Amino acid sequence: MDLKGKNVIIVGERDGVPGPAIETLVKSVGGTPALVQTQCFV
Amino acid sequence: MVQHGSKPSREIQKDPETLKLIQSSLRSLNEAISYAPHQVMLGNIYPDTLSELESPWYENPTDSNSHKGPHGEIVGEEIFYGLIKGVDDFGLVSIEESFAKRSYSEIKKMGYLTGDLLQKIEGVPVSEIENRLQEDNVLPLRLGTGETIGFISTDYAEDPSLSPDILLENLTVKATATMALNSVLESNGVDPETIDYVIGSGEEAIGDRYNRGGGNLAKAVAEAAGCMQSTGADIKAFCCAPVHATVVGGSLITSGVFPNIAVIGGCSLAKLGMKFQGHLKKGIPIMEDVLVGFAILLGPDDQVSPVLRLDSVGRHTVAAGSVQQKIVEALVQTPLSKVGLKFQDIGKYATEMHNPEITDTAGSGNVPQTNYRLIAALAALNGEIEKGAESRDAFVKTHGMPGFSPTQGHVASAIPFLGHALDDLKRGNYQYSMFLAKGSLFLGRMTHMSDGESFILEKNH
Amino acid sequence: MVVILGSPTPESAEIYAKTVTEGDPSWVGPLAGIALKLPVYHVLEPEVKNQFDQSLYDDQVGIMESVLDTDDLIKTVSKVRSEQ
Repeated sequence: MDLKGKNVIIVGERDGVPGPAIETLVKSVGGTPALVQTQCFV
Repeated sequence: MVQHGSKPSREIQKDPETLKLIQSSLRSLNEAISYAPHQVMLGNIYPDTLSELESPWYENPTDSNSHKGPHGEIVGEEIFYGLIKGVDDFGLVSIEESFAKRSYSEIKKMGYLTGDLLQKIEGVPVSEIENRLQEDNVLPLRLGTGETIGFISTDYAEDPSLSPDILLENLTVKATATMALNSVLESNGVDPETIDYVIGSGEEAIGDRYNRGGGNLAKAVAEAAGCMQSTGADIKAFCCAPVHATVVGGSLITSGVFPNIAVIGGCSLAKLGMKFQGHLKKGIPIMEDVLVGFAILLGPDDQVSPVLRLDSVGRHTVAAGSVQQKIVEALVQTPLSKVGLKFQDIGKYATEMHNPEITDTAGSGNVPQTNYRLIAALAALNGEIEKGAESRDAFVKTHGMPGFSPTQGHVASAIPFLGHALDDLKRGNYQYSMFLAKGSLFLGRMTHMSDGESFILEKNH
Repeated sequence: MVVILGSPTPESAEIYAKTVTEGDPSWVGPLAGIALKLPVYHVLEPEVKNQFDQSLYDDQVGIMESVLDTDDLIKTVSKVRSEQ
């Protein structure tokens, strides 16, 4: 799996890894964040 | 009330049979009272003791059947519905007359709610309840047993911001916050008339369609609690608001604007039964079945009460972004170094104190444990403790605690430990305690960011 | 299309991973019974992690490896993926 050039759905979590942090990584290797979400269950 | 939580009410609408499933999985008042985490909330058990008690806690009730403790009181539906009626200034709530009588006398026995509130607890005949429940825009008020004891309606059905479910949510917030404020005033021997300013820190959105979320529950609660010389305002910051409100309150005192302040937070009705499906699937009680309110009194230095170190306030800046390490640096490390302290100088850290028995059983993890491990990881990165799981876990055990708070959003954010921290600091068990809270701003779709703020309490020397 | 998760526990990671592969396992959301069959990874998995510059990865998520139960998260999400 190569993220470069791929559309990426990002489902982060506040008490795990938040969405925007994953987004930064995905963009850095040429992936396209199609949806960025952060979840919170409390 | 669980059926009026956001998740349960949506699922009941899809499948009415769900209501019966929920009713058969609710705890009794006595089960809720003897539940160990609730005894910690009341101040009858110290949080650390939870790790020595046999788990699961819901199967191992404590011997204590005391509904009161040094930090609060737990009441049942009979009292609660009466309280909602007592804080209803617009005739929105009606309860059955014999129920209202019982409720009135129970609330009167509590001894600390105002005469004005008590006077409003009047009932209506059963026939009126039965008739009104045939109408649109009327919600039933039921006991856990399923028995209907009243209803809530709206006086302006065309406004979706004043629908009965929203008004119910707001009245529950007002009722819990008022009960908490009166209780704290009474137990500290403080005359309500001496309070200058009340700061609300809940997550409710009060207002009509032109002012949705306009707020100022604080002043409504000040009135209901008899704080006649006070005004107030709300601070909105999701679960982080109680810490923001405490810092603002402390600043108003230090700057000489208002000497005596109460920070209040009502309950979160929407969060009742949020994870009920996970609990039902596991065949365990629905543990998101309690509403919680709190009140904190802030005042000038009395040479006894712990000191709010305003020079230690930590904040999750915009620049810190959504990177966990940067967030904890901003909330914990920066404030510590600002006042010349090390990670281990803090006797106890209070973070989001969500009871893991509620979250873990529904696949949502152990929130306080994750937060404590993050603080430990940062202490290790700074060379203050050794790296590795063993020293991490030792740090967590000493400076953290098991979660014990009902998952009531802003209520769970650090504040449930406050009563214990005040006891510890007064007794000199340690010199400092840090309170840090986080808020999930991204849920409102205005930013992807979360928020956080922290402060340190110090023993009064 | 790829899905990347940042879930803190194996339980929540499994729910999301299944939701975007075989359909919502809790049968309550809009994806109940809908098999999207999307490839799903946790951000802590080596297949994902190794694509990033090491220092950027350490900056953004590094600390969470020692905080979360990383091995369990990797096992859980890769298992859901392999069952596709």
